[in-house]
Amino acid sequence: MVEQSSQASVLPAPGSPVALRRRSWREFKDRLARYGVAAGGMMVIFAIVLIFFYLLYVVVPLFYGAEIETHSEYNIDSNNATHITLNEYNDVALMLTMQGQARFFNANDGQLMLEPILPLPSDSQISSFSKGASATGVFAYGFTDGRALVFKQEYKISYPNDKRKITPLIEFPAGEELVVVDPQGKRLQLLSVQSNEEQTTVAGLTADNRLVINSLVREQDFMDEDLFTVEQKTAEIILADNLTATYLKVDIDQRELYLVDADGFIAYYDITDTEAPRLIQKIKAVPADVDITAIEFLTGGISILVGRSDGQIDQWFPVRDEDNNYTLHNVRSFSDQTAPIVAIATEYARKGFLALDNTGQLGVYHTTAHRTMLVEPLTTSGKTVIAISPRANGLLSLTADGQAKLTMIDNEHPEVSWHSLWEEVWYESRDQPAYIWQSSSASNDFEPKFSLSPLTFGTIKAALYAMMVAIPLAIMGAIYAAYFMSPRMRTIVKPTIEIMEALPTVILGFLAGLWLAPLVEGNLPGVFSILIMLPIMTIITAWIWTKLPKAFRERIPDGWEAAILVPVVIAVGALSMLASPTLELWLFDGNMPKWLNEIGINFDQRNSLVVGLVMGFAVIPTIFSITEDAIFGVPKHLTVGSLALGATPWQTLTRVVLLTASPGIFSAVMIGLGRAVGETMIVLMATGNTPIMDFNIFEGFRALSANIAVEMPEAEVASTHYRVLFLAALVLFGATFIFNTIAEIVRQRLRNKYSSL
Amino acid sequence: MSKQSLSTWFKSGSPWVWLNAGAVSISIVMVVGLLLLIAVRGLSHFWPADIMELNYQEPGGEAIILIGEAIDTEVVTALRLKMTGVDLPEGQASAERHLMKVGNRDYFGLDFRWINGPWVGEINYPEKIVAVERREWGDFFGYLTEVRQQGNTVASGDEAWAELQIRLERSNRLVAEIKKLERKEIGKINHGLEALRLETKRLEIDGVAAGSLQHQQIEQERRQWDMLYAGLQKQLATLNTALNRDQMIVTISDGREVEIPLAKVVEVTRPNAMSVWKKMTTYGHEVWKFVSDDPREANTEGGIFPAIFGTVMMVMIMAVLVTPFGVVAAVYLKEYAKQGPLIRLIRIAVNNLAGVPSIVYGVFGLGFFVYFLGGNIDEIFFSAALPAPTFGTPGLMWASLTLAILTVPVVIVATEEGLSRIPRAIREGSLALGATKAETLWRTVLPMAAPAMMTGLILAVARAAGEVAPLMMVGVVKLAPALAVDTIAPYLHLDRQFMHLGFHIYDVGFQSPNVEAARPLVYATAFLLVLIIIILNMAAISIRNRLRENFKASES
Repeated sequence: MVEQSSQASVLPAPGSPVALRRRSWREFKDRLARYGVAAGGMMVIFAIVLIFFYLLYVVVPLFYGAEIETHSEYNIDSNNATHITLNEYNDVALMLTMQGQARFFNANDGQLMLEPILPLPSDSQISSFSKGASATGVFAYGFTDGRALVFKQEYKISYPNDKRKITPLIEFPAGEELVVVDPQGKRLQLLSVQSNEEQTTVAGLTADNRLVINSLVREQDFMDEDLFTVEQKTAEIILADNLTATYLKVDIDQRELYLVDADGFIAYYDITDTEAPRLIQKIKAVPADVDITAIEFLTGGISILVGRSDGQIDQWFPVRDEDNNYTLHNVRSFSDQTAPIVAIATEYARKGFLALDNTGQLGVYHTTAHRTMLVEPLTTSGKTVIAISPRANGLLSLTADGQAKLTMIDNEHPEVSWHSLWEEVWYESRDQPAYIWQSSSASNDFEPKFSLSPLTFGTIKAALYAMMVAIPLAIMGAIYAAYFMSPRMRTIVKPTIEIMEALPTVILGFLAGLWLAPLVEGNLPGVFSILIMLPIMTIITAWIWTKLPKAFRERIPDGWEAAILVPVVIAVGALSMLASPTLELWLFDGNMPKWLNEIGINFDQRNSLVVGLVMGFAVIPTIFSITEDAIFGVPKHLTVGSLALGATPWQTLTRVVLLTASPGIFSAVMIGLGRAVGETMIVLMATGNTPIMDFNIFEGFRALSANIAVEMPEAEVASTHYRVLFLAALVLFGATFIFNTIAEIVRQRLRNKYSSL
Repeated sequence: MSKQSLSTWFKSGSPWVWLNAGAVSISIVMVVGLLLLIAVRGLSHFWPADIMELNYQEPGGEAIILIGEAIDTEVVTALRLKMTGVDLPEGQASAERHLMKVGNRDYFGLDFRWINGPWVGEINYPEKIVAVERREWGDFFGYLTEVRQQGNTVASGDEAWAELQIRLERSNRLVAEIKKLERKEIGKINHGLEALRLETKRLEIDGVAAGSLQHQQIEQERRQWDMLYAGLQKQLATLNTALNRDQMIVTISDGREVEIPLAKVVEVTRPNAMSVWKKMTTYGHEVWKFVSDDPREANTEGGIFPAIFGTVMMVMIMAVLVTPFGVVAAVYLKEYAKQGPLIRLIRIAVNNLAGVPSIVYGVFGLGFFVYFLGGNIDEIFFSAALPAPTFGTPGLMWASLTLAILTVPVVIVATEEGLSRIPRAIREGSLALGATKAETLWRTVLPMAAPAMMTGLILAVARAAGEVAPLMMVGVVKLAPALAVDTIAPYLHLDRQFMHLGFHIYDVGFQSPNVEAARPLVYATAFLLVLIIIILNMAAISIRNRLRENFKASES
């Protein structure tokens, strides 16, 4: 070649500087392309992997435990404080002592901020103390003369110079006057207070074992806001002499009262009508050798938490039975601590709590999720009072000898556990454990119910009914199209099926919800008659066809049976719909949905039947195309051989072709299933989206995908709800990924098998 | 054959073949039926239907006159009728019932009414009935009696019709002018003021003292905008007074005379008096209004132009993003990567991604693009606007990106298929002539694979155009205040939210308070969407078929 270059060439001579430069330039371009393409390709693959890891990244914090970290430690004059509280910014704390001192101090360094003087009576001593629900900030002192002082902590927040300034103060919801709790003037041994805008309830146990209950209803004057009158109602229950009451608790709604005694019994009173308190139940709450060492209401005032001397904490709440009677049930227990529980601090907004035992071990728990977030030593002394901040991110502890410690708690998502996501959970106010999804509510102390089970069930239900429609139609259609259909008809059918696949699901969903659902409801017998009559009429048509004169039959070549059946299908559909009112009159008293309701089957207009039909329609093309490919790809020599041995086409199909292609059909079904599981718009629009667990075909459901679509835009970023929705997406991702991977592997194997045959 | 018995016929397997054929027939009938349903319902909406006037007497009630369009007829059993409070005479098992659109929502409460066949009396189609398309409260039917100017009658009886047309044209012109002023001019002023506000804030962040030169400059500009705004306000006020000049008086079916200000009227027609030709031109006009107008009345009336525009914009941006990446990834997988277990794994993953539910992409898009990327972009580039997010909120850009990720497997798979169809000989020939790999790829392989890429892209676009679930999270809204493209720099606003045909269907069909009235519009929107998608798919299919034939020809 080099020799020939003596002829004049457009190319520069090889080896010349020009050629070398050009060559290196080309080499450079080649390398650039190689690395560029590799980088681009890697980037796309990276993006794909990113989806999975990002979902995981958002979901994982759900399963982190809690962490605590000491923020500051200092000593203050504690005077054997009986109670402390912490405000929502973890900067101001209130300490109350049995001497009637109230001190607001800086929670970070213990510096005294304010020491209001409480209007204590000069003629009697403090004999008991009570705190109301944490969120209300109400407290009361009981005195030796049977009276009580109710007061309330309040924080005024102002922003002078754009900096937050907190001014603590004390208010008196029942007036500065003392409340006469025991008209007989006996010493109040135990006290319990609750107060809201309208009503204050003070219950006390007197030295002579009488339980006195007082409610003070505040009646506002219509004309003047500052004027109000107080109406006091009193009731008294005489307790047995040998009873030693240890705890007395009134719930935040001032409807229930719990009295705990030294023998481990809890007495449960209904005090809705203050003047007629009613003992509902008295129950032994602990085993014989165990004592109750702490008791506290969970936020919302429905559950009580019972701390025991063996370190276990039990959650109890009243459960309604069939006769509308309430009885206390021990719903769940936490036994991760071993020493006697001395203090329980419940969170303000969530159903979580902290428990301290007398060795100074701190446990962080969540009731609904039945989760122990953490057990770690907090202090060395068991004689400690603790307070949690309203945002549940700060903990102040104060030992009897004055060691104060502010601890930061990192506990973002205690509500979620394997148990709360997938298992039956016994929620407050429910009569039994259940799978419930209810992510939000208007009220503040609401117990979120994050069970993915009903949603997963909905997804499975939808997929199941859709597959029941799609599998027979798609596989049978594909068999026909691949094996019997004339090539000319295939050129019509295949694009039609592809169009079917491309139809936006929002349109299918819209038709399902607004056209098909009312149509099905109005013509239910007609729909069932179509389902039954179609195969029967097909066979009858085929039989009649064989009886037609040969000359006529030969006009239509083999492989066009489907075309002959089109008018039959249309006729069956139309006739069934026309006959529907008649059938309904004849069989179902003229109204089938009502008839179904009467025999105990619920009927919703947007039900699983509609979803099954429409989603089946959406899945048919996916299954059809892959099955058709698999059957069409069966090597010709196999079928030809079978036919040559005398088998009929049908025998060849069932004994040779289908067997060979069965992995392909399996993978088609898997891919179809994957599509049905992830479909969103159809299930969103064609069902009522109620999360119920019932296989009834005439009821709706709520699917994972539809749930994400509905709730995601409203979920607060990084909240538990948001992360649980991500988890739902991850579940969908995982499920479809598994289905598709299995399908893909099976198909690749099949392809290898075909090529080796 | 014809003499064979039933059992041998069954044994031959031929009934099963027929059953399989039946499955194909059912599928075909369903697809075609569904398309026809959408087409018929969607297209018939624009036809100016005749308006009937009928006498209707419920048993024991007074005879009344109803004016309206016939919508639907169904046969209902007696028991079902009974549940709606209607008792049929003894012995009659079922009856016909008609749905009638009576319009006049503000006077009748409901614009639709079920009437029972047996009680319908005489039906007329008087030519003088007018159908009024209003800007609020839906359609209106009745007899035109007068045209007024500021309360004084200017024409009545037969002359009213001609007079009305002239005045209606004037009022529509005024409405268009007002809209132009509000949208364009006032929009520009708002934009200017917003820019000034952000600039002030930026100065504050930078610590420039109040009263400095920059602040004064901004203040001056703000005064200029304010002055401009005051001028526009005055202009608008004049236009509005002019617009409110005329009214029309219409007698409705129960005899009441109703005054409608022409400012609230889009169009008045007399469908019963129209010839077929006139109806056809009206039909064309209505279709045009549908695709070119803005929606009214919470999207249940008017046009869907913003939704079409939004869909097209989003799909175009998505196409620009997805094509290079999809093609590069496919080329890498097919041509450059070392074929081994890893690449096989990646290929399985890519294939799988095509099957991952679209809602998962939506969740990913919301979390990663909107909150993570968008949030960070805002902090770095748009900190002055915070806490109001610029990119840290769902918008056009994030929707396009999300859909690009969603459709990238489609492009990869199609391109790979195209690449693998190219005969080895062509590649090897090029290499043998001394071309580098890159040159072979660029000059011979890629051009040959171009139709395959095109197919992939079209399929991707078709899928993206019909996808709604992920969009609900990353940028679609029911009513976008402004289009993503306008005359204010930078002209293309990727951060704006947009409307989408598919979401429009979901929203109007399921979230609107008056579903019955909105339904025809949803069918029309659905038809448009289906049409777009079918055309795209047909194009992809035909390109692919031609491609296969070309290769067959070159191989043989």
